[in-house]
Amino acid sequence: MPRLGADMTAGKVVAWLKRPGERIKRGDIIAVVETDKANVDVESFVDGVLDKILVEPSDERLPVGTPLALIRGEASAEAPAPAPATAAPAPAPAAPRAIVTPAAAAPAPLPSVAVAPETAPTPAAPAALRPAGAGERARISPAARKRAQELQLDPATLAGTGPQGRVTLADVERAAQGVKKQAGAADTAVARQMRMREAIATAMARSKREIPHYYLACTIDFGRALAWLAERNAGRAVTERLIYAVLLIKASALALREVPELNGFWIDKHAQQSEAIHAGIAISLRGGGLVAPALHHADRQSLDELMRGFQDLVKRARAGSLKSSEVTDPTVTITSLGERGVESLFGIITPPQLALVGFGTPLERPWVVDGKVIARPLLSATLSGDHRATDGHRGALFLTAVDRLLQQPEAL
Amino acid sequence: MSKDEIRTRVIKTLSGIVPELDPRNLKPAVSLRDQLDVDSMDFLNFLIALHQEFGVDVPESDAGKLGTIDACVDYLEQALRQRTQV
Repeated sequence: MPRLGADMTAGKVVAWLKRPGERIKRGDIIAVVETDKANVDVESFVDGVLDKILVEPSDERLPVGTPLALIRGEASAEAPAPAPATAAPAPAPAAPRAIVTPAAAAPAPLPSVAVAPETAPTPAAPAALRPAGAGERARISPAARKRAQELQLDPATLAGTGPQGRVTLADVERAAQGVKKQAGAADTAVARQMRMREAIATAMARSKREIPHYYLACTIDFGRALAWLAERNAGRAVTERLIYAVLLIKASALALREVPELNGFWIDKHAQQSEAIHAGIAISLRGGGLVAPALHHADRQSLDELMRGFQDLVKRARAGSLKSSEVTDPTVTITSLGERGVESLFGIITPPQLALVGFGTPLERPWVVDGKVIARPLLSATLSGDHRATDGHRGALFLTAVDRLLQQPEAL
Repeated sequence: MSKDEIRTRVIKTLSGIVPELDPRNLKPAVSLRDQLDVDSMDFLNFLIALHQEFGVDVPESDAGKLGTIDACVDYLEQALRQRTQV
């Protein structure tokens, strides 16, 4: 069971889209998993052949790390298929969190890989597959750690009530009860809503507990960008128009190229910059809650491409159907509460990301240009940064870059 | 197309964007943004859906004229009438 987002602790297998024996390419959708927030299309992180399905679709909520299937590696798939490769997985469920599955221990030509991305990262996408906060969450008592292991719970996902947020034995037992209760609960919209709130609560509490945030704000004259947008949209069919949020996403992504320290993850007491800029776009869900799936390589896409991607993402997020790469890949979060007259927002960083960019509503306000006070649509841009990774000075450079980029919308 | 028919189809189109929409509680003269929590992305998708439903491409400069159900019905009725006259 892959961890599809920092706040996920368990999920259900809804469907398998590949059958045993089928060849799989990296990125193929092999299964659908239901998390507290959405049905997520799980993409394979390796090339190979689906060897065996270990968990059939059911209503059972399985902890993150449970092997769901065995995929034979590409090399072994091409070799004459040896019998042991398929015979071996029998004892697999006994050690659900193991990286090396029983199949790998068997005399197969090459190890099979359990579909548990968080425990089997591939070099190309370390960000997506990293266990959420593995390193820094060491505050757990030995007894609690042992019990968590027995119950197959990930200590990193447990809320601690002991001194300094230490996870105690009681916390582990409570979490185990919670998982059991949730598994038994009827999957009504209300139950789902409750689980989403719990998932958000866990992630946000962890963020506030662990990340020393700093907050910066600046006011941007958004007039030029809005005028450019209006002119551009004027002659276009309704299907080809842009909304201003796309300009904000692109400007933020480009600014991150200039200040890359804000783009990436805090893992094992270190900041890990990500070369790719995958913008997690905060999308509110009807009925409450939110998700922030990735627009991949936001800095490299044209505004039209970003708009189409954004539209598709919103549609699927609200329909509860996202891809695993979208929920695990974001390297930064961008949120705009601009629709409701909010002037500025100071967001909580999505762990283990390093920063969150926030935009308010563009509002007509007096502004001084060339010594004269004139009315301009002003936009508040804010940055919440992880002070362990960066300082306010770098954050300030980022906001300055966003401002500068938005003054040349035609270049975005 | 009668106004009633336009209204029915507008509401049907809107419910594709706002699935939890209950037509009985819809206030025809109150802004869609305020009563249905429609944001700019939803609204653009609504205009796209109207285009598909009625074949009317609402220019950007007219988008502000479709803020309520009543306004949508009036706008579309006029647009459809103009089209048949041309």
